[in-house]
Order: sequence, then C-alpha cells, then structure tokens
Amino acid sequence: MESLIAGPPPIRRLPLEDGAVATEVPPSPGGFTSAKRSISAPQFSIRRMEINRLSVSYATREAVKSVSMPVRQGEVLSLIGPSGCGKTTLLRSLNRLTELTRTATLSGRILLDDVDIRLIEPTLLRRRVTMVFQQPNPFPMSVFDNIAYVLREQGSRRQRKKSLEPKVHSALERAGLFEEVKDNLDHPALRLSGGQQQRLCIARALAAEPEVLLLDEPCSALDPQSTQVIEDLIVKLRDDVAVVIVTHNLQQAYRIADHVGFMYLGELVEYSGATALFNSPREQRTREYVSGAFG
Amino acid sequence: MESSVAMPPPSPSPAPAAQKPPTGAVEGSATWQLSDRIGLAFCWGLGLLFCAIAVAIVVYLLIQGLTYLKPSMLVTPAEAGFSQSQTGGFSDALIGTLIVGTMGIAIALPVGVGIAVWLVEYGRPAGLARITESTIEAIAGIPSIVLALFGTVIFSSTALGFLSRTTEGIVFGRSFFAAATMLSLVALPLVVASTREGLSAIPQHVREASYAVGKTKIATVRRILLPTARPQVATGAMLGLGRIIGDTAIIVVLLGATQNFAPVGSTFPLNYLRGAGTTLTNFVYEASPTGNLNQPQKAYAAAFVLLLMVLALNAAVDVVHRRARKAGTWSH
Amino acid sequence: MEEEYLPEYGPKWSDQRAERMLGALVCFVVGLLLALIVTVFVKAWPSFAHNGLAWFGAGGSVEEQLNQIYLSGLEGANYVYTFHAWTLIWSTLLITGGAVLLALVSALFVSVFIVEFAPVWMRDILQPVVRFLASVPSVIYGLLGVLVIVPFIGNHLVTEPQKASVAGVISLSGYSLLAGVLILTVMIAPLMVSIFSDGLRAVRPGWLEGSLALGVNRWRTTWKIAVRSARPAIVAGTVLAVARAIGEAVMLGMVSGSVAFAPNPADGLIFIYEPSRPLAPTIVKNIDSLGSAPSNATLFAIAAVLLLSAAFFSMAGWVARRAMRKYGATA
Repeated sequence: MESLIAGPPPIRRLPLEDGAVATEVPPSPGGFTSAKRSISAPQFSIRRMEINRLSVSYATREAVKSVSMPVRQGEVLSLIGPSGCGKTTLLRSLNRLTELTRTATLSGRILLDDVDIRLIEPTLLRRRVTMVFQQPNPFPMSVFDNIAYVLREQGSRRQRKKSLEPKVHSALERAGLFEEVKDNLDHPALRLSGGQQQRLCIARALAAEPEVLLLDEPCSALDPQSTQVIEDLIVKLRDDVAVVIVTHNLQQAYRIADHVGFMYLGELVEYSGATALFNSPREQRTREYVSGAFG
Repeated sequence: MESSVAMPPPSPSPAPAAQKPPTGAVEGSATWQLSDRIGLAFCWGLGLLFCAIAVAIVVYLLIQGLTYLKPSMLVTPAEAGFSQSQTGGFSDALIGTLIVGTMGIAIALPVGVGIAVWLVEYGRPAGLARITESTIEAIAGIPSIVLALFGTVIFSSTALGFLSRTTEGIVFGRSFFAAATMLSLVALPLVVASTREGLSAIPQHVREASYAVGKTKIATVRRILLPTARPQVATGAMLGLGRIIGDTAIIVVLLGATQNFAPVGSTFPLNYLRGAGTTLTNFVYEASPTGNLNQPQKAYAAAFVLLLMVLALNAAVDVVHRRARKAGTWSH
Repeated sequence: MEEEYLPEYGPKWSDQRAERMLGALVCFVVGLLLALIVTVFVKAWPSFAHNGLAWFGAGGSVEEQLNQIYLSGLEGANYVYTFHAWTLIWSTLLITGGAVLLALVSALFVSVFIVEFAPVWMRDILQPVVRFLASVPSVIYGLLGVLVIVPFIGNHLVTEPQKASVAGVISLSGYSLLAGVLILTVMIAPLMVSIFSDGLRAVRPGWLEGSLALGVNRWRTTWKIAVRSARPAIVAGTVLAVARAIGEAVMLGMVSGSVAFAPNPADGLIFIYEPSRPLAPTIVKNIDSLGSAPSNATLFAIAAVLLLSAAFFSMAGWVARRAMRKYGATA
C-alpha cells in the first residue's frame, strides 16, 4: 500500500559481466504476477491456421508488416498492442474482411488447414472462421431468428422452425445464454442487455460451427460483470474452436490467453506463451508496454 | 506441442484453380444458390429496362419533335384553321409556361423559405411545428386536381374578383393569378424540404458565433445561414419549378380553355395576368388526339420543347450539386 | 422584456417581430390547408347527402348519371344528384393496385441493384435515368401513351376474336387498363426507387458487416438484413406512390379510355384490354360542368374521396412504421 502512495520504486542498475549495464524494470504495483489467471494449461493443441509473413496496406500506409504466427485449436491466442498497431487489421485479414475495403492490399499467405485462404470462396471461409465485433450487433429480429438466420442462409431449402430449434438451442447453450432467454426466444434481440447481446453474437458465431472464432475487443463496450461472464465463456470454448481475441485490456489478456502476440506499429514484436510474455518478456518494447510505460 | 488426437472435421473442398498461383477466389461460385442468381439477373434486367425506357422516351420525342418543330411555331400564336399547317404555332403557350413558372416560384420561394426558416430556427410551440410539418407533407400528397378545384372556389369569390375577369357580376375565376397561386402549392413542399435540409446541415457553432457578436436570429438567418444554404434553396426552387411547368391539371382547370391569351382590361402587364391563357402542358393536352384540337404534330413539337425545358432544369440542379460539392458546402 | 433599441443603432427587425411574422405565415399555410379540406367537404356534401352510401355503390352508367346531373343543374330547380361511383372506384383500385404492385417489385430490385450490386458505371447511368423518369411531365407520358402504347395495344396485342367477344359491350381499341397500369408504373417507380435507396443506404453498417462475417453471401445479406431494416422506408415510398397514383388525372385521362367502364375480371384475361376510368380523370373530363351546381357537388364529392384515400394511406403508413419500430428498424 505504501508503495502505491509513494510512487513507483526507483530503477536499479545491475552490473553485468561485460561491464555493460542493464536496467531491471521492476514489476508494476499490483503487477501481473499477483493477478489470477482464469485459464489452465491447454489440454491439446492443433494448428488450424498459419499466418505466414502477412503484410496488409491501406493505400500507401502499411498497417501490418510481415507478421507470422500460428493459430491453434485448444488455445486462446490474444493479440495485444496500443491503438493503431494493426491488431484489428490482422484479425480481419484472417477471414478476408479486409477485402471489403477497396484500398486494402495483402501480401504473404494465410493458411487454414494447410489451404491458402485466398483459394477458398470468401463466404465459405467466413463460415469456418467467424467473427464477433466490438459493438454487439444483433440483427433487428427476434433472438431465435438471429441464430436461425445463420443456419437458414447457408442451406438452399427453407427449413422449418422445428427442425432448427435444436441447433439454435445448442448454440445458445454453448454461449451460456440459453437459461436466460429460453422463455423469450421470440422477443426482439435489441431488447437484451449489452452483455446478453454480445453473448448472442457469440452464439450466432458459434451456430455456424466454425473452426476458428475471432473476437475483436468483445468486452470493451461491456460492464465488468458481463466481461467476466464472457471471459469464462471464451475459456470454455477453446477446446472446440481456435480462439483469437484482440484486446486492449492487458489484464484480460493475462487472464484468459494461452499465447500472446504483442504488436506495435504493424510489426509482431513478440509472440510467446502468456505467462512468459507478461512476466519475463524478451523484447524491450514488450517490457515497456506491459509495464504501462506507454499504451 | 502438436498432437494429432483430434482430427479437424472434414472441410469443404476449395474452389477450383488450385494449380494456378492464388488469384483470390471471389464470391459467387459456391455460395450463391440458383434463386440468388436469378434475382441478380432480374436486377440487371430491370435496370436495363428502365434505361431503355428513358432512352426510348428521349429518342422518340427527339425524332418526332425535330421532325415537326419549326422555329416559327415558337413565335406564332395558335390560330383557328383546318389543317395542321394553318394553325400557327404555340408561342402563347410557351410564354404562358414561362409566366406561370415565374409567378409560381415567385410565390413559392419566399413562402417556402419562410416556413423552412421558421421550422428550423424557431419552431415554437412544438405542437405548431409538428402540425406544420404534417401540413407540408399533406400538401405534397394532395392531387393537383383537388388543388385546382379548391382554386375554383377561392378565385370565384367576389373578394378576389379583381384577379380575373368578371362578367355581369359573375367572377370567372380563371387567370394566370389563379393558376400560379395554386401551382405555388405544388412547388411549396419541395422548396421547404430542400431549404430545411440546407439549414439543418449548418452546424450550430456558426449560429452561436453570430449570436455572440450580438446579431439577432433573423439577421443571422438573412446574412449568414441563407447564403450558406443557397445551393439547397436553389435546388428546391428548381425542382419546384420543374413540377410547376410540368403540371397540367391545375392549368386546365384554372387557366381557361383557350389557346391564346385573353387579356382583361388595359393595364399592361396586369391585363394579361388577369386573363386566361395557356401553357405548353395545356397545349399538349389539347393537341393530343384525346384533346379538342387533335393536332398530333403540334403536340409532339410542344412536348419536345417542354421536355427540353425540364431537362435543362434537371441539368441545372446537377450543376448546382456538383459545384457545391466541390466547394465543400454540400453536406453529402 | 425586449430591449428597445434606438432606431439608428438597433437591428432592422427585432427577433420577436420576425418570429411573429414567420409564425403568421406558417399559421396561414396551415389554415389554408384546413380551408381546403373544409371547402371540399362542404361543397361535396349535397352529393353525399342525396345518395347516402349508395354513392359508393354500383348501378347505372356513370356517363348518363353525370349527364343527368349536369342538365338538371342548368334548369335551376330540381337538382338531380343520383350518382353511383362504384365503376370509378373499381377502376381506381385496379389501376392503382396494379401499378403500385409492379412498381414496388421493380423499385425494390432496382434500388437494391443501385445501392449494392451495380458496377460503378452502371450506377452512374441508372441514377440520372431514374431522376429523369421522375421528372417527365405527366402530359408527356400521356401523349406518348396515346400515340405509341395505345395503338400498339389496339393493333398488335388485342386480337380480332378478342375484340369480337366483347363487341356488344365495349370496343377494345387500345385505350385500356393495361396502358394505364404500365405507364403509371413507369411514373411512380422512380419515386419509390429514390426513397428505397435512401433507406437501404441508412442501414447500420455493423449489421451488414456482421452478417458477412458469419458467412452469409452478399445477396442474402442485402435482402434479409438491409431490405428488412429498410422496411419503414419501403412503406413510406409505397404510401407516397399510392397517393401519386390515386391522384393522377391527366395521363390516365388520356390513356385509359373515354368511357366510364369498369374492367371485369370475369371476362378473363381480356379485362386488361378493357378501358377504364378512375376517379381523378373523371374530374378533369367533366371540368366544364363546374358551373352547374349539382355537377359541382358531384365533382367535389369525387375530390373528397380522393382526399380521404390519400389521408387513409398516409395514416396506414404511419401506423405500419410504428409497428416496425418494435424490432429496432429505424423509423
């Protein structure tokens, strides 16, 4: 408590063997070592996607510079970094959403199960790699229809409500929302609370039975209780789908990630296991970001 | 680290062309059902159909108009005659169109701008503002024939008898004044809507800057806001003018069933304005096979001239848009 | 308390004065509309009073009835008001219904095309085309209808046997329901296209992106999400188009035929070739009889029906849009 009031402890200089001097950055007050991780070690890990020297530019501005990393099922991958570092762009290139912007150009390769995603039709790709956005965006329909929409628009024959019910219910259960809405499935989705809406969006994303789930700062618009619920949900999901989550919130990344990629100004500065990155980062910039020297 | 415990579910086969270097499969092959494709074909078909109709209208009128339009028609008034070559031209109708257009807009513009200014800048009490908005919408939805009928009642009253001919104590009620007044109602909603858009697009800080130097609201409106909204006001006026010169029902009812001017009294120009007359729309209506004159050739010629006027107005609206957008004063 | 300015220093008009004047202007216009409504109904009252609900019913030939009414008015004494407008009402329903249906479908597809699926060059052509079609005066549509469409229908579409089959009752010369519906569709569709396009563009982009990110293709996304959320705009555009269609007097007067006839679907498909006379053109065709008092009342009665229909559809549209707000579609 005193340290909090008195300010950060002074930086000590340690002599090294060669005579060079290294600085040890002390752990920030209430640093990560004392925080609790909600996630245990992964049970298994299957490489689903491979990002290979990916670069994305919007007109002349390079948003992502030659990034390479794997995405594994059974694990939660978290991308962290300050605003504008390219983590959202990287996420959106995983399901070819960057193509919606006319000025975007990509180079490098992204593989999904060893197939270059540019060879897969975008709509089919987006059924296998679904995305949840920062602002909850339930469609202007009932709760049931929101999820049934995903199921209906993938098939050719019009399916009756009865046949869709089990799938809708299971998607809602996987998202942990079923208990709360099971009596109100026909109510407008826009009447749900913010946290419920976001879980509905996650349920929608799961209804497509994807292989990879992308989450773009899903909790930034939500209150702490809803955030907690969603974080628990994400951890539960990692065995079924590969999860990639972009987050601004370092504590959140610490709580729920297995692997963390730190990006800065479009470059992947460091990629390693979560505890390793937060407690003993290899790169100077990572250390500075994680300790809050900038952000 | 990697285990092969759980095999990934079988993935759908990728789109063809795996041998070529990745060129980017685009949407449309596997996920569009037949019904989707038919729908898109329908879209294209209808779009092209509309274009074809527009081209057909223009081309047809162009051909017929150029065939039958002689410059003399523009300056010769209509005369009684037996064949189409003896019946003169439609100069009265042309001038009549210009007259009703000018008069109609001369009424609609100040009234419309005034209403729009009141709605945007004042608007108290709120109930009156809502009623006014509904009124303007309602006026926009009233068929012009009903406006014309209402006009007959108003202008046949003795109080307004000075605006048209009075014979033996019975007010005729048909004149340029009558027609122009009701025509202004046709243009009014357009002027109001456009001016409101223009005024609403001006950010609040501009007004506050003006108030802060002690200007009254009305001075701000006159000196700053309306000049800024000039493109929108002009657009509204031109759209309204287009509607006015294209209207036939009010003219047929309120301008008298003649093809020439029938001035009343002797003070120029009031005598013409108080009298009956005709416009291009009325002329086309009468000259068509279903009208009284049955002179299709003249009808084509007059219709051609009318269409040119409307197109010119449309083009002017486009020019105003483009110039305002370039200057950055257009909101969208 | 308003400050009193010395004339040389103060603003030319005080705000209070300006507000009062503008307020008076606004009240005048509102009053004018009220006067219009009241006048129309007052003038129409004799016709309704004498006919009761039979005014809307069927019976007799409209032409003859109008003639009788006119003649009786010239005499000055016993006015005859007998009028059964069902023929006219039925024609109005057919023409308006047909045109609005065709225009709705076309306008939906065209606006979806313009907003989402048309290549840029096509969009740059199609938008001016739609604006052009909306600005062509109705009398020109009427002229082209009479000189092009009507002869085409009369000479090329209607066959001799068809003409013979109804020869006793009516002549199928091309002045027909079909001509009226087709041209009216072209007249009202551009209105709907511009309103629908505005509505489609105003959809929350988050929904569109969200739908695409779930693996739904662009066509389905546009129709199921954008069109669905633009439903209030679709209703608004349709209501406007209906009002326009009901009130169209000049073009329909030129093209639908000079006989007040009610096309009879029981005749089979030929009924689209039969002439028809809706309400609005009837007023224009009989405008010369305004001098005769009972005619005057009858024509105003027709105008009153037109006003009521326009108001009814406006109200229906408003109610529909409120109901749509429930699911979050922006009204």
